[in-house]
Amino acid sequence: MKLTLWTYEGPPHVGAMRVATSMKDMHLVLHGPQGDTYADLLFTMIERRNARPPVAFSTFQAADMGADTGLLLKETIQKTHERFQPQAMAVALTCTAELLQDDPEGISRALNLPIPVVPLELPSYSRKENFGADETFRALVRALAKPMERTPEISCNILGATALGFRHRDDVVEVTKLLEGMGVKVNVIAPLNATPDDLRKLGQAHFNVLLYPETGESAARHLERTCKQPYTKVVPMGVGATRDFLAEVSKITGLPVKADESTLRQPWWSASVDSTYLTGKRVFLFGDGTHVIAAARIAAKEVGFEVVGMGCYNREQARALRAAAAEFGVEPLITDDYLEVEKAIEAAAPELILGTQMERNIGKKLGIPCAVISAPVHVQDFPARYAPVMGFEGANVLFDSWIHPLVMGLEEHLLTMFREDFEFHDAAGASHHGGQHVERAETPEPAAAAAPQTQVDTPAVPVVEPSGEIRWMPEAERELKKIPFFVRGKAKRNTELFAAHKGVRDITVETLYEAKAHYAR
Amino acid sequence: MSLDSPTMGCTDAPVLHERGQKAVFCGLTGIVWLHRKMQDAFFLVVGSRTCAHLLQAAAGVMIFAEPRFGTAILEEQDLAGLADANAELDREVARLLERRPDIRQLFLVGSCPSEVIKLDLERAAERLNTRHAPHVRVYSYSGSGLDTTFTQGEDTCLAAMVPTLAASDEEELIVVGALPDVVEDQCASLLSQLGVGPVRMLPARRKDAAPTVGPNTRFILAQPFLGDTAAALERRGAKRIVAPFPFGEEGTTAWLKAVADTYGVSAEKFEDVTAAPRARAKKALAAHQGTLEGKSLFLFPDSQLEIPLARFLARECGMVPTEVGTPFLHRAIMAPELEMLPSSAQLSEGQDLEAQLDRHAAINPDITVCGLGLANPLEAKGHTTKWAIELVFTPIHFYEQAGDLAGLFSRPLRRRALLAGETTA
Repeated sequence: MKLTLWTYEGPPHVGAMRVATSMKDMHLVLHGPQGDTYADLLFTMIERRNARPPVAFSTFQAADMGADTGLLLKETIQKTHERFQPQAMAVALTCTAELLQDDPEGISRALNLPIPVVPLELPSYSRKENFGADETFRALVRALAKPMERTPEISCNILGATALGFRHRDDVVEVTKLLEGMGVKVNVIAPLNATPDDLRKLGQAHFNVLLYPETGESAARHLERTCKQPYTKVVPMGVGATRDFLAEVSKITGLPVKADESTLRQPWWSASVDSTYLTGKRVFLFGDGTHVIAAARIAAKEVGFEVVGMGCYNREQARALRAAAAEFGVEPLITDDYLEVEKAIEAAAPELILGTQMERNIGKKLGIPCAVISAPVHVQDFPARYAPVMGFEGANVLFDSWIHPLVMGLEEHLLTMFREDFEFHDAAGASHHGGQHVERAETPEPAAAAAPQTQVDTPAVPVVEPSGEIRWMPEAERELKKIPFFVRGKAKRNTELFAAHKGVRDITVETLYEAKAHYAR
Repeated sequence: MSLDSPTMGCTDAPVLHERGQKAVFCGLTGIVWLHRKMQDAFFLVVGSRTCAHLLQAAAGVMIFAEPRFGTAILEEQDLAGLADANAELDREVARLLERRPDIRQLFLVGSCPSEVIKLDLERAAERLNTRHAPHVRVYSYSGSGLDTTFTQGEDTCLAAMVPTLAASDEEELIVVGALPDVVEDQCASLLSQLGVGPVRMLPARRKDAAPTVGPNTRFILAQPFLGDTAAALERRGAKRIVAPFPFGEEGTTAWLKAVADTYGVSAEKFEDVTAAPRARAKKALAAHQGTLEGKSLFLFPDSQLEIPLARFLARECGMVPTEVGTPFLHRAIMAPELEMLPSSAQLSEGQDLEAQLDRHAAINPDITVCGLGLANPLEAKGHTTKWAIELVFTPIHFYEQAGDLAGLFSRPLRRRALLAGETTA
């Protein structure tokens, strides 16, 4: 038993729903009680889908438990087939049904429907959403895709994009452009927007592009084994990774690398002098392993941030994440405990968080700006505009969306210079975020000096507190408050570390500046 | 619109009893508003990852850094041995209470999996009570989708509290049902102006403010989905004041009148207290009547608020109810409402989703009240919808909210007209 407040991943059957909902002419039957139908709203509300997810629930109740719940499942499968006439169906148990004795495989076989009905094994009490999506896609590919003659021209499939994925909708468009630019034809994109009949044609591609290992790797491995299709290992997120990806495609296909970089602006935006202030900004990354590893490379090598912490919530990617963390010299954090992530972020005191919807909330609480780079996502992470995070346009998009939450370069200087100014006091926040401007009381009383309560994006002011043995002298504390809020956490932490290292118990203004000199670079 | 219209009354109308696939929340959802209402309570669901995910999805934007609810997620080893599951539960509760000393009431909430594996939370609550009393009171109730639908979770929660209320012979009035604080204050103020009191609320905002109960207690439901709670109070000797629900000017007046009559408040005093807010409510409603008058209304079963809402929308806003679905029809509690509902309405109880969607498509109503899973898909097909969950998250009771309640229905219609480039009707 494990106490959970917020979860990064849903149960595995939600993963199955992500695959089914992303497809066309496909239907999923879930054997579960009525409450399980809540999951529809993830798709209709968060992703604003305009059709019901193609998922039928048997919705058994207490009264059915004494009778035959299996019969209810059988009827649901039958009625679903009659009403929707899908090309294929899948059947799975949710957590409650897993505790009953019903046999979806036997029941579907006995029905003898004229279409494939694929039973799914989704262990609800040991696995989670990403596993459910990956396993569902693998089971469908295994049931439908067979080795077949290759297309005459060089072609590939793009694997792993699902409903509710972070920017999957636009990534597949961007990556398709990259591939077509090299003369590679895209055979099938799956599961996103594919039909079961499309899955039957997977075998005719020459190789597979695996965009999202979280949801597509098992299928890619299966196709590698059965259809002898190699699959790409580089995820084309960021300029460097996109170029590496094209090189990998070239190696697989023998085609020369051809890339249209005419709309790629990120390298120049990053090199231009306005971006100098981004140098060494401390960034903490958390999300699914794939997005975090890719984002860390961009943060460190393309934007010039300093990676001060990284982690992922999906154990399946732990090994890759540990390797990446070692490269940046930080402790890897592999956990799905939201409180542990919060603690790690608090301790690292970063200036920017790149995370999920959950880290956005941590950021709000701690007063640290955050940009989302990974699922789980919120309605605002499904923008109306075209906003991929892969390929060259993706690199542009990431630059914009990571820089926007930060205080802008010149403003940062103003905040430092005019610390005492009524407009640039702590609680005012960054000027371009639209949070209402809060004027400081000009004669602050000790009690009134607390941060004004503002709702929107205004970072909370870190309170200067004695940490452990070390004490801050009043003058040093005042000096610390002159440091802009977005770097104050770092200054405080560095000074305390420095003091502890030197055996200094009382921090004075001198200690503060000695520490500053010590950590200067 | 007229009160003496000959077409009023659904008391004996035939009800469509439906069985089949449902699209509804389970009772766990109630935690989302109950934990805000009871400020010293923690709700611990004993369930699966699905339960935790449901709460997160239902709470949606209302994400708090450390909420006063959580899920003890059952893992494989818990399923293997119940003895261990109980030990694990005790350990998790001890850890939680240690970390959160502000918690004075702890609700162990049963789920579908805990029910299927027969984890006895009632006994667990007894056991934990002996350990953590008097600082913390531990309750248990079921929010399982196997036997509760959406708002029924509030009913099972409040019903679980009733046996623990202190006994007394005081002549108290209990208003039953979780209301937003602002609404609760308005209700208390109206009752006190009428000279009715002392008035207590169930649930109370804090443990110390819990009502007492006994043969001299009277109670009135502020929410229509509290059948078990009403029965539990009656078992303690309390007497229920029968009334329609306080939605709209008419509903609120009838609700207050039922209380006033019970307490012998004079007609003059009643008029004195209610005249001004009644006039305000009517004025606020008038602003929406133009948009709503004559529009047809279809309600999918969801919160059990459907019948009182249809009554309000028909009688005070001039709407025409078509199908009025409810997950469960409690005839005794709904009696005053059914009398007032236009007989043109087709009542349905339970759900067979696909069949109901077919009926809905055939009727093609002007506005549809439905759950979040159906709203956007129906909008995309050209229907105008109102999500039902907003009706339990928004202040809609009593006079001052009558206009806001009508606004919840007129806004989607005005918006559709606006986007279609038309002027509002």
